[in-house]
Amino acid sequence: MTTPLPPKPTPRGEERVYFDAAAENRLTYQTCDTCGSTVFYLRDVCPHCGGESLRLRDSAGVGKVYSYTVQNRASHPYFADRTPMTLALVDLEEGFRLLADLTGADDVEVGMPVEVVFRELDEDVTLPHFRPRGREEEPK
Amino acid sequence: MTIRGKTAIVGIAEVDTFETRGRSPAGLAAAASKRALADAGLELSDVDGLFTTSSYYSMPTLTMSEYLGIKPRYTDSTALGGCSFIAHLGHAAAAIEAGLCDVALVCYGSTQRSDRGKLVSNAEWLAYEQPYGLLHPVGSFGLIANRHMAQFGTTSEQLAQVAVAAREWALLNPAAPYPKPLTVDDVLESTPIASPLHKLDCCLVTDGGAAAVLTSAARAQDLAKPPVYLLGTGEASNHRNVSQMPDLTATEATHSAERAMQMAGVTHADIDTAHVYDAFTISLLILLEDLGFCPKGEGGAFVADGNIAPGGSLALNTNGGGLSYTHPGMLGMFLITEAVRQLRGEAGVRQKPGAAVSLVHGMGLTLAAHATAVLGISP
Repeated sequence: MTTPLPPKPTPRGEERVYFDAAAENRLTYQTCDTCGSTVFYLRDVCPHCGGESLRLRDSAGVGKVYSYTVQNRASHPYFADRTPMTLALVDLEEGFRLLADLTGADDVEVGMPVEVVFRELDEDVTLPHFRPRGREEEPK
Repeated sequence: MTIRGKTAIVGIAEVDTFETRGRSPAGLAAAASKRALADAGLELSDVDGLFTTSSYYSMPTLTMSEYLGIKPRYTDSTALGGCSFIAHLGHAAAAIEAGLCDVALVCYGSTQRSDRGKLVSNAEWLAYEQPYGLLHPVGSFGLIANRHMAQFGTTSEQLAQVAVAAREWALLNPAAPYPKPLTVDDVLESTPIASPLHKLDCCLVTDGGAAAVLTSAARAQDLAKPPVYLLGTGEASNHRNVSQMPDLTATEATHSAERAMQMAGVTHADIDTAHVYDAFTISLLILLEDLGFCPKGEGGAFVADGNIAPGGSLALNTNGGGLSYTHPGMLGMFLITEAVRQLRGEAGVRQKPGAAVSLVHGMGLTLAAHATAVLGISP
């Protein structure tokens, strides 16, 4: 029985920039030179003011759980032996929000401090994930 | 210039609302269309405006025109998920008022149950979300529900009350598929899917087709059924993907409802029946808050106090809704058909006596898109 391949994104254009940075273990977001807003996901036009001068920045990867859900059903064969799995929306300290899985947090709750950890999905794609802050155990 | 009262729904129909035997999605939409036209005393050849959306067909107005053998001079396949058809009502009214078409057909069909519960979707997913395995749509609603609980103290028991009330209404609907009562414990003991949501916090997975026919208020006077006038419409949206939803517990329904009610010139006190998209217990609860039926954050107490069950203060989703009657992928058409039944006095034992004004509200995706319509028996 072959292991099912993970669902892989097909990034295009400015999406590519984000995934290229992730391959270097960098979580990127933008700030707008015109209005100063934080922008995420990466855009070519600022959704707050329409400005087209957006600066790429690296996040420290630290934030708090805005909300979460523990899924008992796999959305894709790749996740079949990974349920129950926790997904979280995390508010990063720089002022943007990211969806990713949260591992090593059976005690997850809204407001929990978390940090980013990068893992290679395969030779092409590296993804950011979350873990509770200050816990070093390698997630399953 | 306003479209208030300028058009009316003159025909409705539903087909195979649980399980179809041998009809395709287009076939269900076609059968419903034919019956809705017959309900109005009209023919397919009268249709010159066509409005539809689909998870199956990328150019659904062309698919349906071909299937039905019609050549509409005005088409609109606005795709806002489940609320599309409520938006189509406003679009159709504007087109009729502008002279771009005379008889508008709004239709829908889906074989989601026959597809064995596999959610058919021609939607694309955001590269930033896709790799993480978020279950669409229930995972997103789990995120929304946990946030509502953390922010307002809403409980799983209160969410369960939403499903229990829907089942109580469904028991009054001979067409509903599960004629047995439901308890809070039944909901809480059902399979956990995406915390805090259980299987019975989720809508049914059914097949189904439905259609509605609109024409001008003037032409509506000469047709088979009493006209149900379109008094107000409103739309609003603020995101596409749940990770971009600015506030998981506050939606643009506030604005679509304000727009529709202002156009109609009605207040909450005027609304006799409400038909509000209930794909999940939590989505209905948040919409009740944002539509102004109870204050923000108090949805849990509002439903737990019995307000939305039969005999409660709000005649809501009187057919049993998506939770206990039908939910073939998109629910919007079935909110419209039940509102029209109530306003015609055709709702049988679940009839709200003297119903004269109904509010219909749909959402699309994860509370992303919103469309509200106010319908009434007087222009």
